[in-house]
Amino acid sequence: MGVGITVEHLNAFYGKTQALFDINITVLANHATALIGPSGCGKSTFIRCLNRMHETIPEARVEGEVRIGDLSVYNGTSATQLRRRVGMVFQKANPFPTMSIYDNVAAGLKLNGFRNRKQLDEVVHKSLHASALWDEVKDSLHKKSGASLSGGQQQRLCIARALAVQPEVLLMDEPCSALDPISTGKIEELIFQLKEQYTIVIVTHNMQQAARVAEFTGFFLLGKMIEFDKTEKIFTNPSDKRTEDYVTGRFG
Amino acid sequence: MRTRFQQQMEDLREKLLRMGGLAELAVDRACQAYTERDLTRCRLVLENESLINAAEREIDEMAFDILATQQPAAVDLRFILAVTKINADLERVGDQAVNIAERVMDLIELPAVELPVDIPRMATAVSAMVRRALESFVEGKAELAQAVLEMDHVVDRMRDEAFIMLVRKMNEEPQATQQALDALLVARNLERVADHATNISEDVIFWVLGADVRHHAQAASAAPRPERREQ
Repeated sequence: MGVGITVEHLNAFYGKTQALFDINITVLANHATALIGPSGCGKSTFIRCLNRMHETIPEARVEGEVRIGDLSVYNGTSATQLRRRVGMVFQKANPFPTMSIYDNVAAGLKLNGFRNRKQLDEVVHKSLHASALWDEVKDSLHKKSGASLSGGQQQRLCIARALAVQPEVLLMDEPCSALDPISTGKIEELIFQLKEQYTIVIVTHNMQQAARVAEFTGFFLLGKMIEFDKTEKIFTNPSDKRTEDYVTGRFG
Repeated sequence: MRTRFQQQMEDLREKLLRMGGLAELAVDRACQAYTERDLTRCRLVLENESLINAAEREIDEMAFDILATQQPAAVDLRFILAVTKINADLERVGDQAVNIAERVMDLIELPAVELPVDIPRMATAVSAMVRRALESFVEGKAELAQAVLEMDHVVDRMRDEAFIMLVRKMNEEPQATQQALDALLVARNLERVADHATNISEDVIFWVLGADVRHHAQAASAAPRPERREQ
């Protein structure tokens, strides 16, 4: 099951440049939360702070508190330990090109020392089902490489790979930006189903996508969280004029 | 800035205002026709109904096109929803004007009798409601729309009084029944025009404030949005 995320007074920096300013947000478990905002507003930086990917950039640092369930992200938790609980899907699908479909999904588990073949089979089967890819690849699990799949299939393979380690939170950074409408529709349908078991945070430039898949939406601007509310409210009657100007296309 | 989108929204607004002008004119003409027993004005109302109907279809198509191609949100989405509903109300205002004109054409055929009802006064109040509802749309001002909602009670009372007086007239002077019945129907048509003006005002409040004030919910409960929204 998913767990909630609590962010308190989060500030993020790239060297001397501050990218996020005092972000406070509570993400409910087993809900999809969308983050929107113009390019460079800090939404991707924010999502990368949730699984400690931000600090992988030289001179980048984070201040403040992030809790994933009862786990304090920046207080005594190793990045490896954290990422077992927080999966991530990126803008561009990035399957391991030389690995088969099966090995792509099983990679995370194998990395964690999981070797039982029968159990691996079960997890791969379950993960590919959960990512709505099973029917399309079940006959070529070992024959085809991950890279041989279409863009939409590759992205669902990456989702299956993230799900295989049984995370509680799934972060998605513009997962559909390189996909056609059919593949986008499949991923969105998937998000809708996955939130029953996972807590999902999705960064998207597509406001209609945010409106379709997320119960809550946060609007970022210049590194600040301007407004966070129910998605319906953000897209029909936002409280802040800057949010309204963005969602109505008056800037951004 | 989405220039084409803003232009489409402006075109939609202008088209609705033109339709509002036609509906307002139809009610005014029908009421003048009643006061002056003027057949020419009655015919004008009937002839111009097709213009209102055509405008209704055109506005619906424009709104549908914007919804399908531009995916408006927030104040823009509320504006388009309000426009489609105001559009339907204006078309019904046109229908009520036609109904009044037809009653007047019937009355003109009958001998004139003294009726204990002040239809011109009621017509003045109703026309003012329609005019102010449209003004609230033009100005994008919820407070103007709210004032129209309060006028509806006055017109309801006029209609109730007209019913009592005209039914009494029918009982006391059966030979004037047909004329009294026509006047009673005109009063009812006017009261319905007032209802449509009320609906239009509620839609303006929804557009401007994002508040649903239908069925006596109060606009005051909505989040304050002081500045006027440009379209």
